[in-house]
Amino acid sequence: MKKEQLYHLKQMALKVREHCIRMSRSGGAFTGSALSCVDLMVYLYGQFLSCGPGDPSRDYCFLSKGHAVPALYGTLAEMGVLPKERLSAHLSAGDDIYWHPNKNIPGVEFHSGSLGHLLPVAAGVALDCKLRGQDNRVAVILGDGELNEGSNWEACLLASAYKLDNLIIIIDRNRFQANKKTEELVRLEPLEAKFTSFGLAAETINGHDFEQMDELFFRIPFEHHCPNVVIAETVRGKGIPSIESRADRWFCNFSDYEAELLLKELYDTAAGPAAGVAL
Amino acid sequence: MTTYQELLKDIALTDERIIVMTAENLASIRGIPDALGSRFIDTGIAEQSLVGMAAGLALRGRIPVIHALSTFLTMRAFEFIRTDVGIGNLPVKLCGGVPGFLSEANGPTHQALEDIALMRIIPSMNIFCPSDEQELTLGLRQVLEHSGPFYIRLNHAKTVIEHAPDFKIGKAEVVFDGDDITILVYGMLFAEAVKARALLQAEGKNVRLLNMRTVKPVDEEAIIAAARRTSLLVTLEDHFITGGLYSIVCETLIRRDVNCKVLPIALENRWFKPALLPQVLEYEGFTGEKIAEKILKIYHGGPQYVKSR
Repeated sequence: MKKEQLYHLKQMALKVREHCIRMSRSGGAFTGSALSCVDLMVYLYGQFLSCGPGDPSRDYCFLSKGHAVPALYGTLAEMGVLPKERLSAHLSAGDDIYWHPNKNIPGVEFHSGSLGHLLPVAAGVALDCKLRGQDNRVAVILGDGELNEGSNWEACLLASAYKLDNLIIIIDRNRFQANKKTEELVRLEPLEAKFTSFGLAAETINGHDFEQMDELFFRIPFEHHCPNVVIAETVRGKGIPSIESRADRWFCNFSDYEAELLLKELYDTAAGPAAGVAL
Repeated sequence: MTTYQELLKDIALTDERIIVMTAENLASIRGIPDALGSRFIDTGIAEQSLVGMAAGLALRGRIPVIHALSTFLTMRAFEFIRTDVGIGNLPVKLCGGVPGFLSEANGPTHQALEDIALMRIIPSMNIFCPSDEQELTLGLRQVLEHSGPFYIRLNHAKTVIEHAPDFKIGKAEVVFDGDDITILVYGMLFAEAVKARALLQAEGKNVRLLNMRTVKPVDEEAIIAAARRTSLLVTLEDHFITGGLYSIVCETLIRRDVNCKVLPIALENRWFKPALLPQVLEYEGFTGEKIAEKILKIYHGGPQYVKSR
């Protein structure tokens, strides 16, 4: 990856994180879950996929962990797909920007919110691309906690049976679910082995490292006729040390003052070594 | 007569949008896999993914026609139907096998007696309950062409009365006109309703018979006209008494402020005795004779609310 592109993605990720914090005020948002997948979103939309809305040959990106929607809307806003001013209508009845994705928002392929739904849907889309002999890529982002839902494993078996090597399943492996650490509630490890035993090709990377992502995603399909799984090791609340990896930072409702402190912490952290501001 | 699968195959072969799917239930579509090739998709025993994948295919402009037993389709996959197909208002056609009494001797796990209640509360959903295979094929093209989702209570019964070709979604079939009593029915009990009507006619009662066909959208005008012209409405269905045709008729009468006595003949708060179909009908009191008896009792001033058995 070129230095300029790496710099561009990092700057974009900072802006998206800023949107996530701003959307976590006056009513709140699932901040921790959103921040962990910001870099994945930015990489997918900003570098890897071509998601031009309405173009039949476009790549698809589905957010199955719908509560991470600030990361999606922030990214769509930075990509110029969604007008930035609409983000300030968060939770207002005057727009469709609420705690889970709505298909009326430009760039959103399908609504989500109920976990375990968009992997089967994405598999249907990938299957249709195959049936038509088209080479669109279909990415779907799942939370690791979401893997508790059995429908995901049904869909993995099916994706494997129908040889959907155009399907890219990305696991936002932040190791937290709503209230607990995933390994303390319902253990997922060995996760990569679970997917490979289901007939998918799985690889694990650091989900905050754009260069690693770039090296990995451009090797897709990992194996001919095999659906792809990218287990992206991430940190809940990533980018703001004072809220990173905290079980109580799943849903946050910040005051304007708190949000300003967090934004300062975000930009200070990005600029170099700096102490976090404790909340 | 053209069968369901012959017609579905013919339509699918000329319309690339059609994808025929199943969760490993081929009973109604045995000839389809060979004819359709890659546009036939079997998901194995996985109703949730069947519906989810169908939603994905529909997002790409396809019309998935999906098959599974009614119970597993409408209940195991309910949230996928409601959330993916329903909220998305996608043209997925959900074909439920062996609904109601048609599950015969399978037992309560297979008795879809709440499928209509579940499907009708989904805002964008439509429901087609053909009384036999002829009616199923009569309505199939319109159901497939409809822009929204449809639940179809599959029924391959032989025709007892030839249906006129003027099928229209939202329009009941007035099989017989009459001024004393109206029997409103859908699905496989249609044949028993015809028998019951003949018995009542022999008793000197003039009986209107309405085949409701699409219970959603329901033909409200046919219900209101029947309530105004006849003094007793009988809802006859192989469904729980809650949420099905009885509920639909009562809701319609109340909303339209029309008063009429309504006798429900349905399953009340219990599953039916598993057995082969003729014995189920006999045991549960859903033969033409038993239905006619119940109706006469009420018509001659018995209590409006009677047990189904």
